[in-house]
Order: sequence, then C-alpha cells, then structure tokens
Amino acid sequence: MTTPLTVPPVSAEPQHAPRLYRDVHHRVLGGVAGALADHLGLRRGVVRLIFIGLSFSAGLGVLLYGAFWIVLRTPPEDESESTGRSTAQYLVAAVAAAAVLLINAHTLPLGWWFLPSLLACFGAALLWRQASETDRERWRRLSSSSLTASTADRMGWLRIIAGVTLVLTGAVFLLARAGITAAGAGLAAVLVTAGGLALITGPWWLRLVRELSTERRERIRNEERADIAAHLHDSVLQTLALIQRSADQPREVARLARRQERELRTKLYGTGVPNGRFGAALHAAAAEVEDTYAITVDVVVVGDHPMDARLDALVAASREALVNAAKHAQVTSVSVYAELEAGAASVFVRDRGTGFDPERTDASRQGIRGSIMGRLQRQHGTATIRSGPGQGTEVQLRVELE
Amino acid sequence: MSEDGRPTVVLVDDHAMFRAGVRAEIGAGVDIVGEAASVAEAIATIRHTRPDVVLLDVHLPDGGGPAVVAAVQPELPDTKFLALSVSDAAEDVITVIRAGARGYVTKTISGADLTDAIRRVADGDVVFSPRLAGFVLDAFREAGSGPGGIGTLTSTDPELDQLTPREQEVMRLLARGYSYREIGSELFISVKTVETHASNVLRKLQLSSRHQLTRWAADRRIV
Repeated sequence: MTTPLTVPPVSAEPQHAPRLYRDVHHRVLGGVAGALADHLGLRRGVVRLIFIGLSFSAGLGVLLYGAFWIVLRTPPEDESESTGRSTAQYLVAAVAAAAVLLINAHTLPLGWWFLPSLLACFGAALLWRQASETDRERWRRLSSSSLTASTADRMGWLRIIAGVTLVLTGAVFLLARAGITAAGAGLAAVLVTAGGLALITGPWWLRLVRELSTERRERIRNEERADIAAHLHDSVLQTLALIQRSADQPREVARLARRQERELRTKLYGTGVPNGRFGAALHAAAAEVEDTYAITVDVVVVGDHPMDARLDALVAASREALVNAAKHAQVTSVSVYAELEAGAASVFVRDRGTGFDPERTDASRQGIRGSIMGRLQRQHGTATIRSGPGQGTEVQLRVELE
Repeated sequence: MSEDGRPTVVLVDDHAMFRAGVRAEIGAGVDIVGEAASVAEAIATIRHTRPDVVLLDVHLPDGGGPAVVAAVQPELPDTKFLALSVSDAAEDVITVIRAGARGYVTKTISGADLTDAIRRVADGDVVFSPRLAGFVLDAFREAGSGPGGIGTLTSTDPELDQLTPREQEVMRLLARGYSYREIGSELFISVKTVETHASNVLRKLQLSSRHQLTRWAADRRIV
C-alpha cells in the first residue's frame, strides 16, 4: 500500500512520445483526423475521407479512429477538451458508427462473440479515459517495458486483464444463455461480472484509501507540530523571558535555565517521570532541591529497585542532606551518587563547600540528627558524615534491602 | 603543543554560539587552532592543524562525533578526542567512547574544569565524568545482579569483560565526584596508579566484546 509510485511528474512528456496531439480546435469529433493531417502533411478533408472510406471495409475506419482517439493526447496547453463539442456532434458520430456497422453487418465475420467484444472494447476505452494521467503514464511505460517492470505494476496489469476477462465471460454467458436457462445462470453471470468490475476498479479504490491515509498522516504531523510549538511557547519562551528579566541575578538565571533543561529532558527522554522506582524518586527529590535553593544537583544512579519503606526513608534522608549542602556549604553544585547492589542501597551526597566539624555540631541542628540519622536508624540503616572545615562534606547513607 | 606549552585544540560543534562560548571560557588555558561545524569540515581542519586534542560534540549534522574519530584516528594517532555533549544518554556516551574518545564531559562543565580535562587528555590521561563512571559500573555489573545488568558473560577474553575490585573502587569514587588526587589519598595509592586504573577501564570499555554493552546502552535512554 505504501509502495512509492515511481512515476515521473504528470506534466513531463515521455521521451519516446511522438509530438502528435489531437487537434482540438478544428475537430468534428475528437480531432484525430486533424492531428494525423498535421502530422503527415495532408489536408484534413483527405484524412477524414480516408477514415470514412475505411469504415466501409469491415468497419476498420471506425476502429482505427477509436484507437487513435484513445491513444492520442490533447496538447498540454489546452486541456479544455470539452469546449465547443456539442451533443449533436456526438449524436452524428453515434448514428454514423451505427450505420457503418449495419451496412457492414453482412460482410463482417460476425460470430456470437462480436457484440460482447465490442462492449468490452467500449469498456476498455472508458477505462482509459477515466484513468488519471498518472495511471496512463504508468501504462504507457509498461507497454514498452512490461518485462522489466516492477512486480507491483505487472500485478496491476494482470488484475486488469483478469477483470476484463471476467467481465467478458459474464457478458458472453449472459448473452449466450439469455432466455434458455433459469435465473441461476443469470445470477452467476451477474456475480462474475461484478467480480470483474471489482477487480478493474480495485486500483481506484486503493488509490482513494491511500490518499485518505496520506491526508491523515499529514494531519497528525501538523497536530504534533502544533503540540510542540505550544509546549515550546508555554515553557521555553516563558523561561527565556524570565531569564531576560532577571539578567542581573546570575543565581536566578541558573535556576531558571536548570529547571527548563530538566523539563525538556523529561519531555524528550521521559526521565524523572514517577514510576515507583528508586531512581526516579531520587531524581525528583534532587529536582525539588534544585528549584528551591537554586543549586545544581548532579545525580548518578547505578541499578534500580522498586520503592519500599526503607527506600522512602533513604530518599527523604538524601533530600535532607542536599538541603543542608544547599543551605550551608556555599556551593553552586552538589553531586549525588546512588548505588543499588544486591542486598543494599547506598547514597553519597557530596559537596566541595565550606565543610564543618561533625563532632562539634550544634545540638539544635535538627536536620542531621533527626531527619537524616534518626530516619535511617528506624529503618536499620546507617548515616555517616565525613567533613572538616574547608574540606567539603560527604554524607554517606545506607539501608539494607529485603 | 603550542610554543608556550598550552595544548592545541580544535573545537567541533555545530552551534557557533556554543563554540564562541567555549572559546571565551578556555581560550586562556589552551591554544584553539581551529573550529568546525560538521564532520567533513572537522576532518579537513584536524588533518590540517594536527591538534593535541579535539573537543568533539557527539551530535553533528552529518554523522556525529564517532564518524570524525573513525576517519581521523588511524592517520593521526597522537591526536586525542574529548567528547563533549549536552546529552547524557548512555547510548551516546558509550558510542563515542567505543569509537576511540579518551573522555566524556557534559556541556555544563565549568571553564576551569574543561581546561583541566583537556590538559589531562593531552597528557595521555583519560577523563571520566561522574556520569560516565556510573555508566561503566552499571554496564559492567556482574551477571544476574538485578535489572539493568549486562547479563551473562560471552566474551572469549573474560579479562576485558569485568572490572577488577580496585577498578570498581576507583570508578565508584569517580562517580561520587572525587578527583584523582582525592581517590589516591582515599585508597592509599598514587595518583599515577589511579590514572592507570582509569585507563584500563577505558580500554575495557572500548575493547570489550560483550555485545550486550551496546544494547545495554541503547536500552538506557536516561539522563
């Protein structure tokens, strides 16, 4: 269905096509005689007479004229084919054709198959006229290189041949048996004919469906584009406006940029989306601290594990350690490393800030004592703090996993 | 090296604004001898200037950083590549390291740290950002140690497929944000030994034939 059409642009002339166009300006019927006259350098009247003369030889003229009509094209600059051709002319043509056929009726090698064949030819002519320019181009190409044509194109040919055959069979069946057999035969004939028609018109239906799906794809793409544009407007453009307004506050600018970066990453890669696992929860906690305290938190997580009570405590303690670093260490960035091995989870929160002496911590500093140590001890975990004035701080947290 | 001892550097990045920013930040510490915005341009510039270090963006319009490394490294073995990217996706990191880059840093790195990283790469060291160290630990975790691990060992050379306990310790400390000097004093080894461990890990990352490594990276489109 998605096989690309390897067809040249509609307006392009095939290299081998003769410069022979139907003469739409001086025509009586289809302008065929005029075209041949121009091409052969004869007078139009002479060519017309030849056609009429040939018509009396077993209707050859009519057949030839029909064939030319089908195959020849109108000049590219004049597509208004229907102008100036009256119903009267068609009528004259039809009467003339009928007359020619009747006159020749006794000389023609007419069998029972003649009328169905004529009908089939008429159907083929209709098909050709109905086909889009692209289709005709393809058929023309095929007629010169049907052996090298792609399988798909050859399948198209097979389908048409099969369809025409079925229509023909149906018509013959109907004509031959009409009045002889019961309705069953008629039904069969109708079925066969309908099948043939379905085969013939199949490509047109397919084309319709294909055009519909192309249209739908295009619409989806447009919607996505609008969605992205809306997102960029709501987030990136707003952030950029904020950044311009706070250009004199480097910390604020850094925070805005960092938050925007995180949002975009979430949208592009789906990180930080809560999924009930440890990695995402730790990222979320770090993001919250980043936003609140305008620092950068680099998080590296090795392994992952579904959240449970112990890991909840671990994330909360990590968050508290980050808040401490943001408040007291006087740094712009903190790194977090978490590792989940078999049986245990560890988090290291490290900054290169001012540091402090853990032995002499003020007893009122609830953060470390309660929020970090107490929390982890209740879950049978441990918290170790390594620090010293001027040496930065590293908080090591660890819980056992079930 | 340029005459004053600063390493010569070529900047490869398709964003002119970013190149200008980097130039302003590190121009004092290193000698920037060329810039390029695409793979073809980068290859021509590197051949012409023969820099000590190429600062290479992972994402380029016509093929990406790995294409530059692959094209240039065979003829200029002394030129080192330091990958620099806004992406922290494991796939990007692993791909460019396996192509032959000697280190990986993210674009948010400070100017001073970047200058330091370039000098170290120029001196033959490797540069592990904490994130790259984390990827290595994740990728080389033992078989069956939980989700995200690399699975069974399939290589014919098991040496390349696992880290020694010491290498793991070094990687862990790197992931925790320690410098080589801090790692040395933490593990009671010399800085030179730390560097050797890091180089060995990078070699394993590049040469390990466990095919899951690439798939592991592809599965981890995470920050």
